[in-house]
Amino acid sequence: MSQSPALRHNNVISILKEGIAGGWPICLGYFPIGIAFGVIAQKAGFTPVEVAFMSLVVFAGSAQFIGVSMLAAGAGIVPVVMTTFMVNLRHVLMSSSLSLHLGNMPRGWLSLFAYGVTDESFALNSVRFRGSSWDWRRALVLNHTANGAWIASTVAGGVCGGFIPAGAFGIDYALTAMFLCLIVFQVRGGLYVVIAFISGGVAVVLSLIMPGNAPVITASMFAATAGMIIKKMRSSREGDAAS
Amino acid sequence: MSLEYVLTVVGMGVVTYIPRWFPLFFLSRRRLPHWLVEWLDFIPVSILSALVLPGLVTGGEPRHVVFFQPELIVAVPTLLCAWKTRSLAGTVLCGMSLYWLVGKVML
Repeated sequence: MSQSPALRHNNVISILKEGIAGGWPICLGYFPIGIAFGVIAQKAGFTPVEVAFMSLVVFAGSAQFIGVSMLAAGAGIVPVVMTTFMVNLRHVLMSSSLSLHLGNMPRGWLSLFAYGVTDESFALNSVRFRGSSWDWRRALVLNHTANGAWIASTVAGGVCGGFIPAGAFGIDYALTAMFLCLIVFQVRGGLYVVIAFISGGVAVVLSLIMPGNAPVITASMFAATAGMIIKKMRSSREGDAAS
Repeated sequence: MSLEYVLTVVGMGVVTYIPRWFPLFFLSRRRLPHWLVEWLDFIPVSILSALVLPGLVTGGEPRHVVFFQPELIVAVPTLLCAWKTRSLAGTVLCGMSLYWLVGKVML
């Protein structure tokens, strides 16, 4: 029996298949980072269960690295939680941007989706939402595929990380290559190239003088604002020329 | 697992979840002003670039500008590959294998 395209689009199997398949570059990229985190946590005295618990509850790469090193150094709950908040504040921007595409998502699912918003899932979903076949169901599956891969790889690192050779097959470059590719996919005109250079340039300069993820937030807000101003200037100049 | 560890991790989880959840929950059903939609449309490319570029052109401790390191050298053909093939899979594999090769050559 053949199904109509619309039916096939809402079919649970095809949603799962496409969502999981869409998340594969993240899984590949999380593997070395997750292993590294697991190894570091294990060396700092954390058990695989503790590692799994943190990966499940927090699900944020850099904040977990920082959290584990602070805890290992004897930091208390307040500084660790405050630092985590600062490091992960950048997700406000990502969720705001994603909200443009999620107007029809039921709020319960939306709250589950929010848990899986990371740099990587944000990057992939933003690009895929531009295509016509992507929807919130697939995006939700993608987020949780990435989450599963993160938990599995951090636990694997905590259990047997010492045996896996570092840097095999250039796997450390997987996420960088994914981000580079998604930047190219995001470019829809010269203005986007200009914005990418402004943001990247500001982030480089700030990263030399500011710690952690503060440069990312500052640089991207600055570049998006600059982009709006440039666009406005351009259109007013065109308006002048036309009149 | 000690109670203090559980509380710390739950605290970390809560302060991570709120920034992820708040805009999604409150902005997705709202008609946003035109300028905000435009601004948010520029956010993905800005964030991606701000995330990736410092890792390509800086390094070391304390952090300083480093131009000729494998990360940056490999980025050029990786970008070209993305531009030409429009394939995520192809680009990730291309970047990984070139990074691996450059690592072998430079050692």
